[in-house]
Amino acid sequence: MSGLAAPAESGIRGTGPGNGGRGARSGRPGGGDRAAAAKRRLTSPWASAIAVAIGLVWSVPTFGLLVTSFRGSVKDIRTTGWWEALNPSNWGGFSLDHYRTVLSGSGTANLADYFINSIVMTLPAVIIPIFLALLAAYAFAWLDFKGSNILFVGIFALQVVPIQVAMVPLLTQYVNLGLNASFWVLWLSHAMFGLPLAIFLLHNFMKDIPRSLVEAARVDGAGHVTIFFRIILPLMVPAIASFAIFQFLWVWNDLLVALAFGGNTPDLAPITARLADMAGSLGAKWHLLSAGAFVSMIVPVAVFLGLQRYFVRGLLAGSVKG
Amino acid sequence: MDALLLHPTTIGGKLLLMVLAIALFALIMGLVLFMSQLPKRLPSWVTALIFLFPALALVCFGLIYPALVTIKNSFFDETSTGFVGVANFATVLTDAEFLTTLRNTLAWVVLVPLVSTGIGLIYAVLVDRAKVEKVAKTLIFMPMAISMVGASIIWKFVYDNRVGALSRLYVTVAGWFGVEDATAPQWLMDAPWNTFFLMVVMIWIQAGFAMTVLSASIKAIPDDIIEAGRLDGLTGVKLFRYVTVPMIRPSLVVVMTTVAMTALKAFDIVRTMQGGFYHASVVANDFYTESFNNHNKGVGAALAVLLFVIVVPVIAYNVNQLRKAEDIR
Repeated sequence: MSGLAAPAESGIRGTGPGNGGRGARSGRPGGGDRAAAAKRRLTSPWASAIAVAIGLVWSVPTFGLLVTSFRGSVKDIRTTGWWEALNPSNWGGFSLDHYRTVLSGSGTANLADYFINSIVMTLPAVIIPIFLALLAAYAFAWLDFKGSNILFVGIFALQVVPIQVAMVPLLTQYVNLGLNASFWVLWLSHAMFGLPLAIFLLHNFMKDIPRSLVEAARVDGAGHVTIFFRIILPLMVPAIASFAIFQFLWVWNDLLVALAFGGNTPDLAPITARLADMAGSLGAKWHLLSAGAFVSMIVPVAVFLGLQRYFVRGLLAGSVKG
Repeated sequence: MDALLLHPTTIGGKLLLMVLAIALFALIMGLVLFMSQLPKRLPSWVTALIFLFPALALVCFGLIYPALVTIKNSFFDETSTGFVGVANFATVLTDAEFLTTLRNTLAWVVLVPLVSTGIGLIYAVLVDRAKVEKVAKTLIFMPMAISMVGASIIWKFVYDNRVGALSRLYVTVAGWFGVEDATAPQWLMDAPWNTFFLMVVMIWIQAGFAMTVLSASIKAIPDDIIEAGRLDGLTGVKLFRYVTVPMIRPSLVVVMTTVAMTALKAFDIVRTMQGGFYHASVVANDFYTESFNNHNKGVGAALAVLLFVIVVPVIAYNVNQLRKAEDIR
């Protein structure tokens, strides 16, 4: 996939892992035997065993909380370790009660509204920067104009700027515009903070589209609109997917923007803000915290597992917002 | 109108507004494309400006202008009305509690990248070309998908004094050494060690990122080079030390700087797990507390500027790399 190679070469944060071994290894004529030999030598059962062991250790914390979220007895959760629920004689104690409480129960522990807020907040916050960044990336990749390089480097540099430096004055601007404490603030903020990465990533993929393709279309009399929709957009789908999953995980999982701009009301606050609050106020009510945490995780984990390929590609091709 | 366009309270209203917002920006995109086409011959810079305008306008409104205001505010008092010179920075850099915060932040920025990159690298080498590679990688990578808030809750449970796995492990191990009725330490309260237990969460998240990038990087090393190393008699650890590591050095630098940036800016973990009390706060958390809880704009701005200043060398380095890459092309 050539789209991956060049951004990786440009090396800012991806540095050349890009098109990876696959192309290099399997593409070389006559390299098959050597590759197989290398594989035999490198793959040791011990290494695999250690790797699996580390992988399991990595999963234990999550697994423990997951088990806890299904333990019916609040008293058991508070007095015994989660592993005791795994004892077959205790299997009868599993229930979905805590999930019911956090999704449809009454009072402070109900997360259903916040879950909806997260969805309403995330979708436009992912789509808006894609729209705007596609246009900007098109200009950087296919229009020759003075200062194009400087401008692009400037936008690239903005990726690293901590968003904290923008937050307080931005909030004042929102208040002046009468937009504060509305979804618009969350959408616009996430769109603005995501734009530098979006432009950088999409531009890197876009400039790899063969120039001849675009030139040929121009010779045939195609305007920007035709070129954009008929040639660029179809080829950009993987790149858009890469950015979309980044931005999705970023927005859904964000706490800073949610807390600073979203407040803590059921009308607006996303699930992360509510959970962070619960972690502080509910202290050791693990039956609610555990179920709540997994409700908040289900969507990003599903998206992540479904689109992992695109996520990794984006990770290697460009950079990571942080 | 207010309920429809600004503050919907029902699920239906929220979803409707969401669709409206997306449609609005689709319309803006359509308008830009339409304008770029209007008179047949526009100078190229005008066309470029039309394409760039929406993105540039948002970036200026949301990042550049506010950042400049923040820099200005850092020299003003808490209501941003009276000029106080460098007093805010003096406060930050002399107050004992703030100095602890700075020390903690430094520990985060140095230790988290080193440890996560180390673990990620070792793991990438271990699973490279193994049969279980895909599954093993997903296990480590998974924490990248969940929020830092979610990760914090997961780990808060591990550190729970009564039923947490770590506390129980501590008591059990103490029992093996003959200590009866040992009580586990307050993992998240006893300074300065609490900072390390908070860092563990970030390392847990970032190791997967490091592993993914480094693994791809290792796979990109041409077989010839590995083979040449072998012919020179290098094996195992030496091959790793003298061939693999130098070959992936650029990736190592990239991973470390990226993780360092994340560690510098994130306040989620500290805030969710223990609120930044017990001398475990970091600059990003103090920034939030000062700006949004204490409404001390001056000191808040100074902390934001401090974060920015720490990042500047990284920006310079990255821009330099980008320039080099463009030159090569």
